[in-house]
Amino acid sequence: MGAIWAVGETHSKEAGSRLKGISHEVVACGQALAESLGKPLEAVVFSAEGRGPAEAAAAKEIARVRLIEDPGLDPYTPDPYVAALRQAIEAEKPDLVLFPHTYQVRDWVPRLAAALEAPFVSDVVGHRVEGDRVVFTRQPYQGKLNADVAFVGAPPHLASLQAGAYPGSTAAAGDQPAEIIAQKVDLSGVESRTQVLETFQAVADKVDLSRAEIIVAVGRGIGKQEKLTVVEELARALGGQLAASRPVCDNEWLPMDRQIGSSGQTVAPKLYIAIGISGAIQHVVGMKNSGTIVAINKDPNAPIFGIADYGIVGDLFEVVPALTAKVREIKGAT
Amino acid sequence: MKIVVCIKQVPERDARLKIAEGGASIVEQDVATEINESDQYALEAGLRLADSQGGEVVVACLGPDRAEEAIRRALAMGAARALHLNDPAFQGGDGAATARALAAAIRLEAPELVLTGLQSDDAGWAQTGLLIAERLGLPSATLIMEVEPPQDGRIKVKRELEAGWFQWITLPLPAALTIQSGIYPVRYATLKGIMGAKKKEIRKLAPGDVGLAPEQVGRAGSGTEILKLYVPGKAKAAQILQGDAATAAATLVDRLQKEAKVL
Repeated sequence: MGAIWAVGETHSKEAGSRLKGISHEVVACGQALAESLGKPLEAVVFSAEGRGPAEAAAAKEIARVRLIEDPGLDPYTPDPYVAALRQAIEAEKPDLVLFPHTYQVRDWVPRLAAALEAPFVSDVVGHRVEGDRVVFTRQPYQGKLNADVAFVGAPPHLASLQAGAYPGSTAAAGDQPAEIIAQKVDLSGVESRTQVLETFQAVADKVDLSRAEIIVAVGRGIGKQEKLTVVEELARALGGQLAASRPVCDNEWLPMDRQIGSSGQTVAPKLYIAIGISGAIQHVVGMKNSGTIVAINKDPNAPIFGIADYGIVGDLFEVVPALTAKVREIKGAT
Repeated sequence: MKIVVCIKQVPERDARLKIAEGGASIVEQDVATEINESDQYALEAGLRLADSQGGEVVVACLGPDRAEEAIRRALAMGAARALHLNDPAFQGGDGAATARALAAAIRLEAPELVLTGLQSDDAGWAQTGLLIAERLGLPSATLIMEVEPPQDGRIKVKRELEAGWFQWITLPLPAALTIQSGIYPVRYATLKGIMGAKKKEIRKLAPGDVGLAPEQVGRAGSGTEILKLYVPGKAKAAQILQGDAATAAATLVDRLQKEAKVL
């Protein structure tokens, strides 16, 4: 019987080679599956140098940590990662290998799946166990529908978990640290074809939206840059910050430092007004913890209404000016 | 340089989706479609390289007859010709089965660069580009936000990392890239382009034409199976405020003041 593996992700050397917090989310899911399926859970941790990230994983309730240590693993590039985990999986034959659905995982795990001819269910938000079969839930069609998906054929099976789907805080700690064993891989014949030139953070004129108490966010429903004034006026009337979903910034209607979501900022203001935003998961992960969420959208089936407290179904060019006028009225009165 | 760009035809963003009988697919009839958003950006990136470096963009698309509409649009934007993997055997495949078929078709072209979008707006696997790269033995990079012209057999690209971080890397050609939405403004098809597209070649391919057996592609060639599609339960039941714009706006302000106490 093969084990379940929870594969962690490690920060780069510059960022201290620490185990990323999202790794504990993978352990949390792995613990639930290990319990239901009666299989051992093992963590797999990559390190360019040292046992630090493995020790962080070993604090959780798991059978053991497999540490893959090689200087070729920093900086991250896909070729050595694919080669290392492929060797480990072929040697140890786990049944199910779980990953966090990070940008880095998206950059190498599909290649691993093709190399192993292993099915890979990506971006999972939940699961259930039916007998000895795992059924994963995904959110296709931009979150408009859920899909229950199962593997066909023999293991190994791969799956990646959406950030936040399994809170890392629910990963149980062990009574004592789990054993750490060196997982031997041979990367001597693997030369990374990727050459890393520079890693940098875009900081110019960064607007910190995380401190805003009120955010008025606009999505592709606005249609044109010239029409942004209608939402700018609402933001001004409320004394709030203007923000946007990705398509608005992709079109350069607003600068990227106003972007909320997985590739932008994460916010939790007391009031978040989403205007013309359908509520694709990439946006929702950046604002779902807001206090009160208002959605204004012409499509009554838009997923944004599924996380909103208040909704108005209608033409934003009618609703938003009416809202601005009403806000001005009450602000003027107090 | 020869560049293959993979495109997928997907339902329009605002399309109302209905679940088909059997519960594992959507009703495709009468659903408006478009080229998957990040694939449009991949096409734009490919066309820019071909414009500046010379060469041609070949579009590869797996889909039924209706996908010809998406292919014609890509040809109207400037692609030179197209490969259309169109056969009943291709239908219902997951990312792995689709990538197996696309990789086999792309191998016939031996391009210097393979571009795909980052992920599809319908299935959203975010895998196909890399599955193709691995099958063709090409180096790869994902979430590309800038592409520089190749130099000395290598291509320099900017990757988007998480939380506002970016990275410049180089890869040897031939290579495969998945393109992030927003890389460059996507061009419109001109009237001349639309007229010209009607004469461009669309080569229809069945599994046998790319050296595959029917059971290696489509549903039969998939490693995963959709058991059920359904409308997700709502995390919250939003209060939908009724009435005309002025009435709904007034109700909202009242609720935000008295109920949510945030104004």
